[in-house]
Amino acid sequence: MGHPCAVIGVGQTKHDVKRIDVSIAGLVREAAQRALDDAGLGWREIDAVVVGKAPDMFEGVVMPELYLADALGAVGKPMLRVHTAGSVGGSTAIVAASLVQAGVHERVLTVAFEKQSESNAMWALTVHVPFQQAIVAGAGGYFSPLIRAYIRRSGAPEDTGIRVALKDRKNALKNPYSHLVFPDISFEQIANSPMLWDPIRYLETCPSSDGACAMVLASAGAARRAPHRPAWVRATAMKSEPTMFAGRDQVNPQAGRDCAAELYKKAGITHPRREIDVAEIYVPFSWFEPMWMENLGFAPEGEGWKMTYEGATALDGDLPVNASGGVLSSNPIGASGMLRFAESALQVRGMAGEHQVEGARLALGHAYGGGSQFFSMWIVGAEQA
Amino acid sequence: MREVAIVSFAQAKAKRRELDANEVEILMPVVQEAVARSGIPKREIGFTVSGSCDYVAGQPFAFVSALDAVGAWPPISESHVEMDGAFALYEAWVKLQTGEIDSALIYSFGKTSMGDPAAVLNLQLDPYTVSPLGIDAVSLAALQARLLLDSGRYTEKDMAEVVARSRRSAKSNPNAQLRGDVDPAGLLAEPYYASPLRKHDCCPVSDGAAALVIAGAELARKVTNRPAWIRGIDHRIESHDLGLRDLTRSPSTTLAAERAGARSGRFDLAELHAPFSHQELILCEALGLADDVKINPSGGALAANALMVAGLTRIGEAARRILDGEAKRALAHATSGPCLQQNLVCVLEGN
Amino acid sequence: MSELVTSIKTPIRLEYSYTAGRASTRFLRGMSEGRILGQRCPSCRKVYVPPRGSCPRCGVATQEEVEVSGKGTVTTFCIVRIPSENLSVKPPYAAAHIKLDGADIPFFALIQECPFDQVRMGMRVEAVWAPREEWTTSFGNIRYFRPLAEPDAPFDSFKEHL
Repeated sequence: MGHPCAVIGVGQTKHDVKRIDVSIAGLVREAAQRALDDAGLGWREIDAVVVGKAPDMFEGVVMPELYLADALGAVGKPMLRVHTAGSVGGSTAIVAASLVQAGVHERVLTVAFEKQSESNAMWALTVHVPFQQAIVAGAGGYFSPLIRAYIRRSGAPEDTGIRVALKDRKNALKNPYSHLVFPDISFEQIANSPMLWDPIRYLETCPSSDGACAMVLASAGAARRAPHRPAWVRATAMKSEPTMFAGRDQVNPQAGRDCAAELYKKAGITHPRREIDVAEIYVPFSWFEPMWMENLGFAPEGEGWKMTYEGATALDGDLPVNASGGVLSSNPIGASGMLRFAESALQVRGMAGEHQVEGARLALGHAYGGGSQFFSMWIVGAEQA
Repeated sequence: MREVAIVSFAQAKAKRRELDANEVEILMPVVQEAVARSGIPKREIGFTVSGSCDYVAGQPFAFVSALDAVGAWPPISESHVEMDGAFALYEAWVKLQTGEIDSALIYSFGKTSMGDPAAVLNLQLDPYTVSPLGIDAVSLAALQARLLLDSGRYTEKDMAEVVARSRRSAKSNPNAQLRGDVDPAGLLAEPYYASPLRKHDCCPVSDGAAALVIAGAELARKVTNRPAWIRGIDHRIESHDLGLRDLTRSPSTTLAAERAGARSGRFDLAELHAPFSHQELILCEALGLADDVKINPSGGALAANALMVAGLTRIGEAARRILDGEAKRALAHATSGPCLQQNLVCVLEGN
Repeated sequence: MSELVTSIKTPIRLEYSYTAGRASTRFLRGMSEGRILGQRCPSCRKVYVPPRGSCPRCGVATQEEVEVSGKGTVTTFCIVRIPSENLSVKPPYAAAHIKLDGADIPFFALIQECPFDQVRMGMRVEAVWAPREEWTTSFGNIRYFRPLAEPDAPFDSFKEHL
């Protein structure tokens, strides 16, 4: 809706457990500079900056957009900072896109990042707030009971998660920015890795990464002057639901289903499985792939695992999922959502390098956060409409 | 740009320390009142966006539990900025400009009393080279005040007069925290708190919440006779490096005002988010406000300052006076960051 | 002697005073008396344990107090095998979603006195309280849940809570 908006530049950092070679400012600049170079633009040509990241406790810096104003060339410009938990990377991209779609700005730089090695992410995620019940387990401990519920509901084979992890980790070998790189990864290696929160094993889990992702979003006029093919934003959607309420389905959340439905309607997509060529979705624990296949309407309820089993989601399948290696391979929490959006854009621009999906013309970027309650998604295409 | 108006505003009474209610309990009646007053059924509101800060709330993802105050079911289109609610309003205004939605609910909350705000705000500073020096937000503001006084453009008496006027205006604001008749001479006799700032030159610590609803022209006209039209809204940020800035001036406020169309036409009133008295002087100068403009009829941030709420409250207080027919054209301002690093300006007008 | 400085440690200490809020206060006082109190939403009629003062689904205040028993059903669970920074329990241990009888929403709690391979969805459990003299205004008065000698709840009876 509104004015057309395109992605004309994408940049990301080499994601790693600890980027001690850069400060927080250095980290975001690395991604931002790459996005600007890709877009053929200088810092001065950007009209506004939208930053996104997860809780400030991951770095111990309150409202870091203030500290980063200079590093991101935002002095004298409007600057916003979005925080919607894990989906933030996606929401940030959507807020940036709306600035262009609203006709407010021509060129917007958007950056999402996390330098979680600077603080302690595990601590930040399990801070005990008085009067509230003590947390009984970390993030994996929160989601694994839901995964168990999915397995029970769907009757999925127990090794489905291992197959997802194998696929994503093999894909990561083709992504030079990946944090986790296992050149000899195998089914057995994953199956034999330590069980963390039954049924999630170590190698089926996302890492904790430092990293940043940036994009330049532009108006049609600015996109015409861009050196490389743009990815047109065809639709965006965001939906949230409460964390906990009686009767809530956390395995196949309504907010996710509604978000996808609204997204497809806006994009004029009636058969998502057929029409979408490639998807980058937020899978922090292997089993989320089959769960999200159903939530996104790519597979009927209870059958998402079949897509993994049939190889439909493999790089050479009919709907490759996470060709980049996904969140399982790199997880700077605040950036992970934007990485999904950015990778989807790279695909339809034909710029995904070794993990390019042949002939990708329409792609989905997806992010979620909180207790599977915040969803942000977009569809990008090689054509404007 | 599409015509968009504020159609309702509600706020919690600012309190030094809310011991009874948690954030959701403070926020819920405020959100309900804003929605009820808007005349738009909650289910039909197209977008919800909030502003809050985890470090103020002392827990990560503070905005997630706050969502309970809204009743996000069936699922809603919702977003959040880790900033003052004024910037959440900006995000909502932009979304209306895209044509995707026709109305939005904006809210923010801040229980500032939970922690030590001056210490919390130290963490806004460059984490490698400035924050470790241990300077707190009040001392930083004091440095700015010292520079302003040394410039010769204003005196301590000017600051005291800002305080006296704010407290007096707050007498007619049932939601303000500090109110009363104080004599500037008496204020000047008080000891310094962080020289040259005296205690009263600093905003109080407040717990509070605010919410407002905006709507596109067609819907706004349907639900109210006197919408507060947002004629312009813009925000700009300055360098984080305090040494690079002239702390006695606010060029980002001037720039945002220019872009928002606030440099021409007259205003009945201006609600300025100045957590320290000397900052009001800087802002008035940056905005080039005429002498007959009523500044902070609500009492401003010196009368009540819930972190993350005070900026949205300035906009709401200005809007309310237009909604009530008291005023025709108002300017509202919000700030973020050390020593007025980032500033938002909004021009509101009645029919 | 020109080694690059690559990091500095800047310890941060901030103190916060938390307010329980009205609903939690009622719940925690109940805890100190060995009672489990919930609240019923006036709109959807569902009972929330612990109570939150509002129904997240309906967005209205909840006030009607409902006492529930310490017996419940495991709706789903996981076996945690890695230590969590803020936890005193040593892994491996079972953490489960438990829906108490009379409540309409499960909460997370530990399961003990049960071999891991016997923890299952539908298992009936009961709260194990700390000794009475140790009770404070805290959820921690319930140390954990242990199996009840009752037949499992049928899947259909709790599947909507998954």
